[in-house]
Amino acid sequence: MTASTAEPASKVELPASVGGGGEIPTFDVTLRVRRYNPEVSDESHWDEFKLTMYGTDRVLDALHKVKWELDGSLSFRRSCAHGVCGSDAMRINGRNRLACKTLLKDLDTSKPITVEPIKGLPVEKDLIVDMEPFFQSYREIMPFLVTTGHAPTKERLQSPEDRERFDDTTKCILCAACTSSCPVFWTDGQYFGPAAIVNAHRFIFDSRDDAGDMRLEILNDKEGVWRCRTIFNCSEACPRGIQVTKAISEVKQAVLARQF
Amino acid sequence: MSTTPDIRFPRSTSETGRVSPKYTRHGSGAKGGFEMAAWLFMRLSGIVLVVLIFGHLFVNLMVGHGVHAIDFGFVAGKWANPFWQWWDLAMLWLAMLHGANGVRTIINDYADRDSLRFWLLVVLYAAATAIIILGTLVIFTFDPCPVINGVHTGADFCPKP
Repeated sequence: MTASTAEPASKVELPASVGGGGEIPTFDVTLRVRRYNPEVSDESHWDEFKLTMYGTDRVLDALHKVKWELDGSLSFRRSCAHGVCGSDAMRINGRNRLACKTLLKDLDTSKPITVEPIKGLPVEKDLIVDMEPFFQSYREIMPFLVTTGHAPTKERLQSPEDRERFDDTTKCILCAACTSSCPVFWTDGQYFGPAAIVNAHRFIFDSRDDAGDMRLEILNDKEGVWRCRTIFNCSEACPRGIQVTKAISEVKQAVLARQF
Repeated sequence: MSTTPDIRFPRSTSETGRVSPKYTRHGSGAKGGFEMAAWLFMRLSGIVLVVLIFGHLFVNLMVGHGVHAIDFGFVAGKWANPFWQWWDLAMLWLAMLHGANGVRTIINDYADRDSLRFWLLVVLYAAATAIIILGTLVIFTFDPCPVINGVHTGADFCPKP
């Protein structure tokens, strides 16, 4: 009797050149980043960084490489780095996207990849903008459950159909990619903007909420839903795939239905 | 003993007024009703205008001798009929208001200086008003055979004295 058994014959023999699990291809990219530092200059300028990145890397990884290895003064927001916190919305190759959800290999790496702060909000430094005007509009539409009468002793029940009615707009992560892609918002900062309307939609069409009328009254404003020109930039920019323009149209119809 | 440094809440800027006034909304939706009416008017007038304009084009360009029949007498004949007077009046008013409102939204969207926006709107409203009033007058006071100081001026088909 032998103590050791033979290796299973089905095991695939890998050549020695492949190190373990197969290597990830690398490529060179040029990152053009819009830099702004009010402590140095009132003018913003472009900085170029040449990097060797992997096929699995995202724009955020390239920004990390710059910040950690080349220029520590580069400033940008990021928190979870996995497309949920909504911190790192930026204008990449002229389109609003999340840096953590944009793979470098999906962009044209033969040309420099441009990275700018999102438009329409005041730039504070490099890729960081002041989000306060954005959140000001968000707060005004009362993004919380408002109910009347006695609170039930258990959870508020809702049918799957009623939940489905506003499911799309619950996905918002408040990254401001939509609002800062809206040409109306670029010229008129007083416009509530797509994100505030999307989050109002989330409660207006919630069967458990009782303040829909108040929110419709707030959005029936000169700077409210009627400012929307259905350009669809917001729907295209949303990293969560929310049909923003459709949600805005539904709020418009709800405002109209309330009047007649 | 060191004094505690004054640390502000990072999200208190709307209270401290650091947010630029260009983001602050003035008024409390007082003009919302007008914007809603304007939005609704654009859609409804658009539907009606499609019928009016294509009806107008069909009658003027396709029916009978078609485009070759259009002359002074053709227009005079149409405006002798109250049906076509009201058709053209509706077309004039709806097209002018629809167009003027469209230009108004464009001015509001793109003119970022208050004074520039004001004067562009003044020019727009003046032009629209002038054309609507002139057009309405022409449709209802049009006389193909006017007699001026006892002299019959007008087209060939006018009754001779």
